[in-house]
Amino acid sequence: MTFRFLPLSLLAVFGLAVAADVNYPLDAPAPDGRRPGGTITQEFTPPPLRDEENKDLRRERNYPEQPPTIPHAIRGYAVDKNANKCLSCHSREASARTQAPMISITHFGDRDGQVLAAVAPRRYFCTQCHVPQHDAKPLVENQFKNIDDLLYRENPATGKQN
Amino acid sequence: MKSLMAMLKRYWGVLRRPSVHYSLGVLTLGGFIAGIIFWGGFNTALEATNTEAFCISCHEMESNVYVEIKDTIHYTNRSGVRATCPDCHVPHEWTDKIARKMQASKEVWGKIFGTINTREKFLEKRRELAEHEWARLKANDSLECRNCHDFDFMDFTRQSPRAAQFHSTALAKGEATCIDCHKGIAHRLPDMQGVPGW
Ligand code: HEC
Ligand code: HEC
Ligand code: HEC
Ligand code: HEC
Ligand code: HEC
Ligand code: HEC
Repeated sequence: MTFRFLPLSLLAVFGLAVAADVNYPLDAPAPDGRRPGGTITQEFTPPPLRDEENKDLRRERNYPEQPPTIPHAIRGYAVDKNANKCLSCHSREASARTQAPMISITHFGDRDGQVLAAVAPRRYFCTQCHVPQHDAKPLVENQFKNIDDLLYRENPATGKQN
Repeated sequence: MKSLMAMLKRYWGVLRRPSVHYSLGVLTLGGFIAGIIFWGGFNTALEATNTEAFCISCHEMESNVYVEIKDTIHYTNRSGVRATCPDCHVPHEWTDKIARKMQASKEVWGKIFGTINTREKFLEKRRELAEHEWARLKANDSLECRNCHDFDFMDFTRQSPRAAQFHSTALAKGEATCIDCHKGIAHRLPDMQGVPGW
């Protein structure tokens, strides 16, 4: 009998403790920055959607291993079990005809370092790593510094000479 | 039974007798008008079957291809121009129209025998159906696309560099037609294994 009530009464005590602890308003103000002003449940008019940047100019990479961002629109491109529109331009066979850069050799290796004949399954879903860009103001400021900036800051003397 | 035969005989007699009351002119005119009415009716029936509402009255068409087109640019876009099923699937020219409608009887057949009456059956058959459409558009040089997108009025300076590059070369020289490069613009694609260019 007591065993049956023990968990229940413990739960009740715990619940009371939690309830007593709430000393902030349930509808708290949202953290500024990503979503300035208002409370969590308040709805705002969303900012207008932006088109994907479609200038076809390859962008600088911040470090050599970075998956390059996509310099063209990809609206409506199928990447699923049946079809991979990206590979219809970027595969080894297609790249001459389409003048699109071929997927690099890393895309042919599976996780055991085995080089396969075609794109490796773990590289099949391109947009997992490659994303198009939008002409929009970043929500948070980006303080990333690339390797050239860092080298220069650590050794201004040599940096200046370059 | 006997009286029925007698009645039929009487009517047959009336039909066989040359006209006494109406002149040949009136009869010809009547035939002419009747012809117009039939022709018009035929045309109207054809028009009625040439709407999206008709196409998606079959669940095979509505729950597979119609729901998919809703995500694409041919359903909503900034200019508000819609491409409906018959815009892409039924040629606008009269003779082509009849030809396509004769082919469409196959669909009625398919409906009756339920060739694609479940999602699974549809997916199974999708490659075959898509290939019919690709072959048709290839054969007529993508006539339906060109009804709306006229090559002569494409402004390459307004297109993205990728688009302009392809359109000013392969398309302009006639080496490829719209459907060679733009498969799957309105619906999801079937398994593309072995399709040239994929
Ligand atoms: C119609 C052909 C075509 C298709 C389809 C296509 N691309 Fe491209 N892609 C190109 C071309 C051409 C370039 C070279 C730059 C340019 O002209 O945009 C390029 C550039 C890129 C780059 C930049 C490479 C670099 O070194 O900076 C990435 C990444 C890329 N594409 C990824 C994709 C992905 C992911 C998809 C599918 C969602 C895709 N592409 C579909 C033609 C295509
Ligand atoms: C797991 C993440 C990942 C996936 C998935 C992936 N990539 Fe990449 N991709 C990279 C990275 C990282 C690089 C840059 C370093 C390199 O070349 O490996 C790159 C480079 C590229 C480049 C530039 C090659 C060059 O020589 O300039 C192209 C083009 C590209 N990827 C296309 C694709 C396409 C198309 C797909 C889909 C079939 C794809 N990628 C899938 C990570 C990925
Ligand atoms: C009677 C119901 C029905 C209606 C109405 C209907 N469809 Fe279909 N449709 C089908 C069936 C069933 C099939 C599959 C036929 C088969 O198995 O070959 C089909 C196949 C198709 C195909 C593939 C063609 C091919 O050659 O394989 C297209 C394209 C198509 N329909 C478009 C349309 C359009 C456009 C309309 C409106 C003008 C329409 N359908 C109206 C039932 C219908
Ligand atoms: C009823 C007219 C009509 C028909 C028929 C038509 N289209 Fe379109 N198409 C449009 C409109 C309208 C747009 C959107 C224009 C815009 O607002 O940018 C469009 C856009 C496109 C785009 C651009 C997609 C994008 O993401 O920017 C392509 C590619 C395209 N159509 C190819 C085709 C092909 C291929 C066919 C034939 C199978 C076809 N169209 C048939 C009216 C049509
Ligand atoms: C040789 C291949 C090829 C052929 C043939 C072709 N296109 Fe394109 N088209 C492209 C590529 C590549 C793009 C740019 C990438 C994309 O939108 O997928 C494009 C883009 C477009 C666009 C969007 C324009 C833009 O600025 O992005 C429209 C509309 C279009 N094509 C319509 C057509 C029509 C209509 C035909 C037939 C008269 C046709 N295309 C034939 C390859 C082709
Ligand atoms: C912008 C042109 C366009 C419009 C609008 C369009 N289709 Fe299609 N349809 C195609 C093309 C192109 C194919 C060939 C397969 C492919 O490339 O996706 C096709 C294929 C099909 C198929 C064969 C199965 C498949 O998915 O490949 C059916 C069925 C079909 N369409 C029915 C319809 C119906 C019903 C509508 C109206 C709701 C419609 N289509 C609207 C262009 C269009």
